[in-house]
Amino acid sequence: MSFHYLDNSATTRVSDAAAKKALELMMVNFGNPSSLHSFGFQAEKELDSAREIIAELMGAKTEEIYFTSGGTEANNLAVIGAAQAKKRRGNKIVTTAIEHSSVLDGVKHLEDCGFEVEYVYPKDINGFDIEDFERAVDENTVLVSCMLVNNETGLKLPSDKIPGIIKRKNAPALFHIDAVQAFGKENISVNSLKCDLMSISSHKIHGPKGVGALYVKKGVRILPRAFGGKQESALRPGTEAMPLIGAFAQAAEEINALKSLEWIKELNLYFRQKLGELSNIIINSPLEASPYILNFSALGIRSETMLHHLSSKGVYVSSGSACSKGGKSHVLTALGLDENVIDSAIRVSFSKHSTYEDVDALIEALEQGLNTLQRKKK
Amino acid sequence: MKEVVLIKLGEIALKGLNRRTFEDVLKKNIKKALYGLGYFKLSIAQSTICVTPESPDTDMDKVEDAISRVFGIVSYCRAAVCEKTMEDICEKAPDYLCEALNEAKTFKVEAKRSDKKFPLKSPEISRELGGLLLSKFPHLKVDVHNPQVKVTVEVRDFAAYIHADSKKGAGGIPVGTGGNGCILISGGIDSPVAAYMMAKRGLKLTAVHFASPPYTSERALEKVKKLLKLVSRYSGSITMVTVPFTKLQEKIRDDCPEELFTIIMRRLMMQISRQIAAEYDCTALITGESLGQVASQTIHAIACTDEAAEMPVFRPLIGMDKEEIIAISRKIDTFETSIEPYEDCCTIFTPKHPRTRPVLKFVKYAEEEADFSELLEEAVKNCEVTEIR
Repeated sequence: MSFHYLDNSATTRVSDAAAKKALELMMVNFGNPSSLHSFGFQAEKELDSAREIIAELMGAKTEEIYFTSGGTEANNLAVIGAAQAKKRRGNKIVTTAIEHSSVLDGVKHLEDCGFEVEYVYPKDINGFDIEDFERAVDENTVLVSCMLVNNETGLKLPSDKIPGIIKRKNAPALFHIDAVQAFGKENISVNSLKCDLMSISSHKIHGPKGVGALYVKKGVRILPRAFGGKQESALRPGTEAMPLIGAFAQAAEEINALKSLEWIKELNLYFRQKLGELSNIIINSPLEASPYILNFSALGIRSETMLHHLSSKGVYVSSGSACSKGGKSHVLTALGLDENVIDSAIRVSFSKHSTYEDVDALIEALEQGLNTLQRKKK
Repeated sequence: MKEVVLIKLGEIALKGLNRRTFEDVLKKNIKKALYGLGYFKLSIAQSTICVTPESPDTDMDKVEDAISRVFGIVSYCRAAVCEKTMEDICEKAPDYLCEALNEAKTFKVEAKRSDKKFPLKSPEISRELGGLLLSKFPHLKVDVHNPQVKVTVEVRDFAAYIHADSKKGAGGIPVGTGGNGCILISGGIDSPVAAYMMAKRGLKLTAVHFASPPYTSERALEKVKKLLKLVSRYSGSITMVTVPFTKLQEKIRDDCPEELFTIIMRRLMMQISRQIAAEYDCTALITGESLGQVASQTIHAIACTDEAAEMPVFRPLIGMDKEEIIAISRKIDTFETSIEPYEDCCTIFTPKHPRTRPVLKFVKYAEEEADFSELLEEAVKNCEVTEIR
């Protein structure tokens, strides 16, 4: 059967070179970077070079990069670690209603610890009213967390406007950006975004699962969530997952964000045009969204039904985000979409390897599904 | 020290002339439950089954765990085996009971002497062992009315046994002694609980599941298998019959009035299940319906579904609240699996306003109009059979 993988926001295929790197760091250069002998030193050099590569891509200094077990841990560490470190300065947290669950569940935990959390809602599928952030942030706010690109619709959030607001409001807040869906897909610079914390993940950019990183601006202090050793400056102790970290860096090194972006833009437009020729389809991603993600609804057909139909044709997409496996999407709900639109939403996400053939196969299977799977007789 | 499990039988002991049959089935069920844990000798006397492991390396925690789920057992306990002399009993008891007695403040000793040739009488045994334990565990006090630990000495035909408190067994009657029942299982919270409850009353289970790919997924099917596996820890192995239901559901969608979708689907399920039941020697169907829970479970709807079954339909949950059902599903560990959010055949094509008071005459008329006979036959013919154990 043909294989058309269009669920790259869930995860991507690991690049050949990255897989090779992981194998090398497991079988050959398998030392512990903390070991004092020369074999350990070799591993330490690998770790340093990985950190350099990631730092370079984010426009950060090497000592500002902390490796974690992935995006979820990076988000948890950022949100909880920042709030706990700042709790004497205030007790309010501002975030958006469409964050990834690793941020939302993190701040929910903080709510239980006595913090007050304000969730900013988007006005519609096209985005936010910046005034709403302006209203939410006050001099009691210790943390603002806002993603760069939403994982379900590709919507871009006005993260660049937030540092200005924090300054104007004279808030003691740290600013965290969840850049998991943006990293490697567009050029990102922690300096131009003026953030204090930024989370990224490896397996969305053809690296292995189980590794990610948190950028912590020099001079910013956040509290650790785990304790045990001096690794990662004691912010994230534990023996470094060298095979994963090395492979992550290798995958990152292969990124050519701008070149890929051109191609994905083209593919996205082609897909939108083809979708436009079908009936009963609503597109939930605005034109300005990240072209890597396109969310649409095939009205009258439940997401799961369509998804299984597509998968029986060798086309793999997602309903909502893969992390919520079947649960109703909080993102689409917060975006104010109708129940029947949410119920039938499908997320397609591209990678640099996606082709016209993938899109054509999807459209063909989709058309077939639209004809046979309707809930009501025609 | 040699350790055994002593099992007390429940209701079985009350069965008159059938008692032997019940006991034999129970012994067989216990042996099956212990499969993979080693070799065991099972002997029965005075409504107690003694499970003796043949190897001293047997993991008795696992044995105990397996026995705790066998129906027909009212209580069970682990016990040390002694020679039938007071010396041996007094030598082994302090060691064996050490853990239980160290955690308690009060205790008492109770002796049961079924072998009347044993030189000491029951109160004398109690007194002697009690005195010894008091001297070995000076922190203890005797409390004959409300002891925290009750030490029991049982002097039986071939050996004496010492044990602390016994644990409550799974109750019910042995699976298989009540005949065979066919459970309609969807993947929700209710049907595994219904299956468990009827197995507890002695039914051996066959399960029918309706799958509608691509509307339902492989994961949904896997979920049902997982649920049956959990139930089978109580009921023993289950034959699972998966019915391809897609075409029938699509035909309902295309050819029947929308408000009757659910009731017609339920009736078709009954018709198919009844044929499968007959094929697998089952004489009753089992469902997880609870009165008034959803539109298809009103008294009128149930009357309509029943008519299509043509054999007894057991609904053990009929008078239970959701909370009560959930409590049982947590107890038997199916809850966490049941709530995994996959579409099942009952949730696709649900009408906006299902009829809550369907009239059989009109339902039958709609069925005849659509004519499902050919597809029904095809569905029954193309079932897939999996053995869950």
